[in-house]
Amino acid sequence: MNAFGSIKPNARPFYQKHSSEELLQALRRMYLIRRFEEGAEEAYMRGLIHGTMHLSIGQEASAVGATMALRRSDYITSTHRGHGHCIGKGADPKLMFAEFFGKEEGYCRGRGGSMHIADVASGNLGANGIVGGGLPIAVGAALAIRKKKRDDVAVCFFGDGASNEGAFHESLNMASLWKLPVIFVCENNKYGMSVSTERSMAVANVADRAAAYKMPGIIVDGNSIADVAEAVAEAAARARRGDGPSLVECKTYRTRGHSRSDRNRYRSKEEIEDWKARDPIPRFEAELRAYGVAGEAALTAIRESAEAEIAAAIEFARNGTDPNPADLIRDVHSPRAA
Amino acid sequence: MTVRELTYAQAIQEALAQAMDADPDVFLMGEDIGVYGGAFQVTGDLVQRYGEERVMDAPISELGQAGVAVGAALAGCKPVLEFQFSDFATLAMEQIVNQAAKLRFMLGGKVNVPLVMRLPAGSGTGAAAQHSQSLEAWFAHVPGLKVVQPSTPADAKGMLLAAIDDPDPVMVFEHKLLYKMKGEVPEHPYRVPIGKAHVAREGRHVTVVATAIMVHRALEAADTLATEGIEAEVIDLRSLRPIDTDTIVRSVQKTTRLACVYEGVKSLGIGAEISARIAESEAFDYLDAPIMRLGGAEAPIPYNPTLEKAAVPQVPDIVTGLRNLVSGRI
Ligand SMILES: Cc1ncc(C[n+]2csc(CCOP(=O)(O)OP(=O)(O)O)c2C)c(N)n1
Ligand SMILES: [Mg+2]
Repeated sequence: MNAFGSIKPNARPFYQKHSSEELLQALRRMYLIRRFEEGAEEAYMRGLIHGTMHLSIGQEASAVGATMALRRSDYITSTHRGHGHCIGKGADPKLMFAEFFGKEEGYCRGRGGSMHIADVASGNLGANGIVGGGLPIAVGAALAIRKKKRDDVAVCFFGDGASNEGAFHESLNMASLWKLPVIFVCENNKYGMSVSTERSMAVANVADRAAAYKMPGIIVDGNSIADVAEAVAEAAARARRGDGPSLVECKTYRTRGHSRSDRNRYRSKEEIEDWKARDPIPRFEAELRAYGVAGEAALTAIRESAEAEIAAAIEFARNGTDPNPADLIRDVHSPRAA
Repeated sequence: MTVRELTYAQAIQEALAQAMDADPDVFLMGEDIGVYGGAFQVTGDLVQRYGEERVMDAPISELGQAGVAVGAALAGCKPVLEFQFSDFATLAMEQIVNQAAKLRFMLGGKVNVPLVMRLPAGSGTGAAAQHSQSLEAWFAHVPGLKVVQPSTPADAKGMLLAAIDDPDPVMVFEHKLLYKMKGEVPEHPYRVPIGKAHVAREGRHVTVVATAIMVHRALEAADTLATEGIEAEVIDLRSLRPIDTDTIVRSVQKTTRLACVYEGVKSLGIGAEISARIAESEAFDYLDAPIMRLGGAEAPIPYNPTLEKAAVPQVPDIVTGLRNLVSGRI
């Protein structure tokens, strides 16, 4: 029940299936991702963190929509553009920020940074610095699920560009051959760095490639959280039933550059503006209002609470512990059993 | 002869342009080398000057790209393949190691593979474990490949042009921290021979064999030590395969001490090879001290900036190391 009494009478399945709490939690996570990345960007510009980072601003619906269909014991493998997946799967932004700041409190104790954040406890097997690196790993996790007779699934996030790696093709083939519980979630943001899909793919859609591996290839509006969540939920149900993998292609867009080094020479301002107008967050909010899930005050409260959480997370990270250089090789090998 | 100051990146770009001007068979391939200008802005505006046919953006398919480059080289082209980061050559190992390196040998010398691979390498940018490695010694282990590591803008240009002329596959490792370094570079196309080390500084007390960024750190260390009366001879190895053993042997015979300084992981790397060559050579009897290796830590490159620095030799490490090696023994 919500403040308006009647719940979403004429809404699509996504709104029927999820409670108001779940929907508002999803919105909050989208805000957390957005503010997390804006905060990271700002910290970088102020010289507080180093290295590079890949922002997913504009792609929050696919990250949160896909992970909404999952349980904590399900796995995900993520990418270099992985902050959203991580938060979607339930990671704590303050430990992510601590990692960004290179602190011992961080998810990887400061050894990994933005590109290698993982939270194994929440089922996130890790971002990856290698394009396509997570694809076979997800298939392997699904194989383990099957061997251990669990009914969990593995969601593998990857980009349009990654679908040009051999690892993509080998992974889809094995997953389908062995009917493993994998959902390949492609976030097609139209570019692999500067190269558009038109200039790098022989087919128009990544989903077209699924047919070669005898699995469903579904295309959804990646900026609609409802579209993404419904498609992934169905694919997950199929995977849990033992009917094998699916590929869900989310058509979306990153409104920021590829990374810190991007000068946006390969796309037009108009294109960027056009996609900014399709921002998934206001769009979700409009639907929440329309279906009577939340009013203006509730939405503002969510936004503000996400902002406060991120501000506190940055403070936490700034005050974290610097690793000791004497511990440089500490985690190269596991400690020997006594 | 006109000589100007160029950055290391500009010197490479000039070599690429001059090679394309001189030979229509030369073309460039890689990820984001076109309108983006390359991840490190090495190709810059070459696509505007030479067009997309000769400055080809390829899909993110390192194995495929390497194979395409091998095929094109077999069929008469001279591809120059840019790996966005040297780390991604691990995805192309099959084509580099099993195909490019061996085709000529396997086919009885009937073919050659004039392929050049350019690989941005090394740590110091905060890019963490999968974008900071120094894997050059891996490739130098493979007969059939040539592996070079120019450390100055002038060598970057001259060795790249030599690599493009070379009938066999050459891997050029470019340290990322050097791209912005400036130095004098002659304008005309010239070649710096592959397989010749360069004595970057002469000295009497200890020979330092260094590679890439470590050449500059060793030179800085040598400046400090000179104020203490220790004169280090710094040899810029430049080429890992083939290795210029003679230059090192001659130097060690003069200085009687040897230190190897390199960024790759210390064990089973460049230092082991140089040490073994000295141990096997006539210079062995001249040694007045044990050989010293200063190399990367036995760990992946960490993200945290303090740890990242601690993972590879820095100037103070080299100063201390050389001081200990020489101390009381001059
Ligand atoms: C094997 C490998 N090749 C190249 C890169 C450099 N790189 C990092 S992200 C990227 C683009 C990836 O495009 P896509 O898969 O579409 O993901 P997106 O960045 O659009 O999210 C490239 C070329 C890399 N990290 N790993
Ligand atoms: Mg993409």
